[in-house]
Amino acid sequence: MSIKAFSAIIIRDVKLATRSFGDMLTLVLFFTMIGVIIPFAVGPNKALLSSIAPGIVWMAAFLSSLLAIDRFFRADYEDGSLLAMRHASISLEMIAFAKLIALWLTVILPLIIASPMLALMLNMDFEIFGRTILSLLLGTPALIAFGGVGAAITVSLKRGGLIAPVLILPLSIPILIFGISAIRSNSGMGVEDNAMLFLAGISLLAMAFTPFAIALALRLEQE
Amino acid sequence: MDKSLLNYKLKVEKLNLIRSSRMILEDIAFEVKAGEALLLRGANGVGKTSLLMALAGYLHIEKSTVDWVIESKSNDEHLAIEDMHFIAHQHAIKEALSLRDNLSFWVNINGGQNSDIDLALEQAGLNHAADFEAGLLSAGQKKRLSLARLLIIPKSIWLLDEPTSALDSEGDKWVASIIDKQLDRGGIVIAATHLDLPMKKHKRIKTMILGQASLEQTNLGQTS
Repeated sequence: MSIKAFSAIIIRDVKLATRSFGDMLTLVLFFTMIGVIIPFAVGPNKALLSSIAPGIVWMAAFLSSLLAIDRFFRADYEDGSLLAMRHASISLEMIAFAKLIALWLTVILPLIIASPMLALMLNMDFEIFGRTILSLLLGTPALIAFGGVGAAITVSLKRGGLIAPVLILPLSIPILIFGISAIRSNSGMGVEDNAMLFLAGISLLAMAFTPFAIALALRLEQE
Repeated sequence: MDKSLLNYKLKVEKLNLIRSSRMILEDIAFEVKAGEALLLRGANGVGKTSLLMALAGYLHIEKSTVDWVIESKSNDEHLAIEDMHFIAHQHAIKEALSLRDNLSFWVNINGGQNSDIDLALEQAGLNHAADFEAGLLSAGQKKRLSLARLLIIPKSIWLLDEPTSALDSEGDKWVASIIDKQLDRGGIVIAATHLDLPMKKHKRIKTMILGQASLEQTNLGQTS
């Protein structure tokens, strides 16, 4: 029964996100826009561009997810759904976990699907691009999880817009560090594979523990 | 829909409610048994919603002051909260989803049966709009949709915050009738409302008037 409840939340959130397709498209456009603008900023040096390309893709994904943080729980908070969910047959922690999964599907997955466009504009070679996608897949769940904590803490603030991103920025730096070092293969000592494992570890830990923090924050929010 | 309900008893003793360092309610005490309704009355801002929120476990209060007793086991707060509906001012409706999808979501996360949805929509007077987006509904219809949650998911305890706001007079009667049925099944209803419930058996309905230091507990059953 609780699997049914769990998947009901994911299905509903994905459905809602596809209904407000404009929001999703804005995010994807923002993501690709960063890739368009940076070549203008650093100049037309192809070698330089392709060497910093993984960093740019990660930055773009990071900034886009920050942009989306504010609306993680806001709609459910404002229309009373969060309150009603507290009487559900599954715990608020499980609900938070389901919502994180839904968020990854609706915020990050569209970006990853759009990332070949960035690769094209930034002159990435195929192998590096493959590793970039892999590191994004492994690292972004942690981004979403920390973003969820920030969103839950600030959900009752009327103008919380930038507070959540500032709150979670320090937490996200390790993800960026490992995310980038999982792509660059210039040391030749297997560093990038270890970084990839670290990235996966951070994501697993974050996904396992942040639902408790999120549920706690959401409970306190009602005071 | 006629799943048997658990017999709860609510005991509130010496409940003080402080929100934003302001004492809202002081030394509240009352008891509600299974099959009884308690109507909360009082001027706007007197703390009716806050009291309901405290009963629903949203607010930090001293553990011993609100006690949901079930079958002589004390303080089964977790069980009670899962077995509870709180119909608040916010409708908990997603405007982009159809009425049916809205309800089936709530059924699913509460582990109920999907087949009850049409019946509930019909009783709520919304069956003609089952596949419309909920955003198209009027304020009264949204209220009806959020009240339909009470019908599709059987739970023992109903906490209702102004259940008849925005409803027409037919709606008032409908709310009274579903409350009546819930009491017949042995449920508990606590509602902040100014509606006089046209009930057959008045003795099951208590009224509590919240106000500045003048807390009185009357029993409509004895007066009428």
